[in-house]
Amino acid sequence: MIEIEGLRVERDGTPILHDLSLALPAGGITALIGPNGAGKSTLLLTLAGLIGPAAGRVRLDGDDLHALRPQARALRLAFLGQDQAQVSRLTVREMVGFGRWPHHRGRPGAVDRAAVAEALEVFGLGALAERPVSSLSGGQRQRTQIAMAHAQATPLVLLDEPLSALDPRYAREVMEALVAMAHDPVTPRSVVVVLHDLGMAARYADRVVAMKHGRLAAAGPRREVMRDAVLSDLFDTGLKLREVEGADVVLPA
Amino acid sequence: MAERRLILLGLALALGCTAFLLWNLRVPMGFILSLRATKLAALVIVGAATGAATVLFQTVAGNRLITPGIVGFDALFVFLQTMLVLTLGGAGYATLPTLPAFLVETACLAGAGVALFGLLLRRGAGDLIRLVLSGLILGVMLRGLSGFAQRLLEPSEFAVVQQASFASFGAVDATQLAIAAPILGLALALAWRLSPRLDLALLGRDKAITLGLDFDRFVLGVLALIAVMVAVSTALVGPVTFLGLLAAALAHALLRQPRHAALLPAAAGLGALILVSGQFLFERLLGFQSTLAVIVEFLGGLVFLALVLRKAAR
Repeated sequence: MIEIEGLRVERDGTPILHDLSLALPAGGITALIGPNGAGKSTLLLTLAGLIGPAAGRVRLDGDDLHALRPQARALRLAFLGQDQAQVSRLTVREMVGFGRWPHHRGRPGAVDRAAVAEALEVFGLGALAERPVSSLSGGQRQRTQIAMAHAQATPLVLLDEPLSALDPRYAREVMEALVAMAHDPVTPRSVVVVLHDLGMAARYADRVVAMKHGRLAAAGPRREVMRDAVLSDLFDTGLKLREVEGADVVLPA
Repeated sequence: MAERRLILLGLALALGCTAFLLWNLRVPMGFILSLRATKLAALVIVGAATGAATVLFQTVAGNRLITPGIVGFDALFVFLQTMLVLTLGGAGYATLPTLPAFLVETACLAGAGVALFGLLLRRGAGDLIRLVLSGLILGVMLRGLSGFAQRLLEPSEFAVVQQASFASFGAVDATQLAIAAPILGLALALAWRLSPRLDLALLGRDKAITLGLDFDRFVLGVLALIAVMVAVSTALVGPVTFLGLLAAALAHALLRQPRHAALLPAAAGLGALILVSGQFLFERLLGFQSTLAVIVEFLGGLVFLALVLRKAAR
């Protein structure tokens, strides 16, 4: 469970998040939504431990997240940011294998190799496993990065706009893989994901956190947050949520 | 595949060393062999340390175009040499006890190197143009200061600075070598032990941290290691700006894979091979003296230009 208390975050002296308090229960998919500049990515970077708070505190299962050493944190949360590493000549299997680093510290064993093989399978990368990452398309690279986060096998997974380079087919497959991760009957994970595609949030998220101007606009179960008035107010434009052939979609009002 | 190429490289280096030692060997063999062995040891350890240090530097800086020399380390060396001669005088500098002088000079260079690299990487890492420009400007500043200080020297003192400011493999002190060799050997072994963490660092700061690497502390440690390696090498033979770049670029081309467990030995072996084979070619076969450093700088400079232009073309 993540508990955020009075969080204030500054970047280059400019306040980005203001007095944010929020509790995210364990399990399920939490979508972070909001207009550009709302502070979603900054919040995710803070939750990943990459930015320290100017004030307030973030607790992960009761522990101060920013007091944890990187090694301990890496066993508890995986992070996929918008800036992705480009290492020429590294194969897809090797890249995904880096996800196992917190577990093996440079000496991979059979368990690690099996976890990598499973991640490659889940994200449809088996046929590309020996290809250099630099030779892949943007979408394939994105899936490689998500597979790396999957292989890290942490109880919490943070993803910042993971669908940005994906076509509709792979975007749906990735979201379904995230749902499977979140609702795995044996080892369910908490997935926190920044989404710009409100349709994806409406369809797949269990909870939604809406942010605007660095503050919390609304948070709660998807149905409670993704209402016409909340969405319209959040994006300063008319939006409505409607059910089309059994699926929720967001349309211009 | 990488293992086979490393073995071939090792064989080539062994062949080069053997040729360097035994080619055209005349009486008194023992004396000549001992002279050649000292020079060979200096060539091998300086080449190996410079090649490996450059790979380390490129990894923590996040780009393959820079070397410690390019971002101002060589200018720092000349500045320290000038200051030493200015404060001690030419005669005082020349009569410094070899071992303490070498150790003090190495310590000063290593300390200043950590400060220099730390400053540049903290402010400019990830931004190649800013990093190189900052290094160049710092270098120009230090050279300007050295130039100013050199105007205050007597001509004989100036000659001492000049002699110390250029790489020379011909007059390596055996006592200094006996100190430098184990330090550099240890540093190379330590660098190799860091290989898995260096691989992780290739992913960049944020990714490495979220995968469990205490990145800033690790980079500081690697910078200290680089500073020691470059400082010891430079204090031993003088600055060779582009040797590391040449060795690192060839190592990448040879192995075509980014793993440091193979890349570091390859860069070290190639650095040693370039110096040994180059010295053998120019000294033994062509009969030239003091040409190797110039040729290495020329070829290294060409490689640097080619890499910059190739990157610009992409």
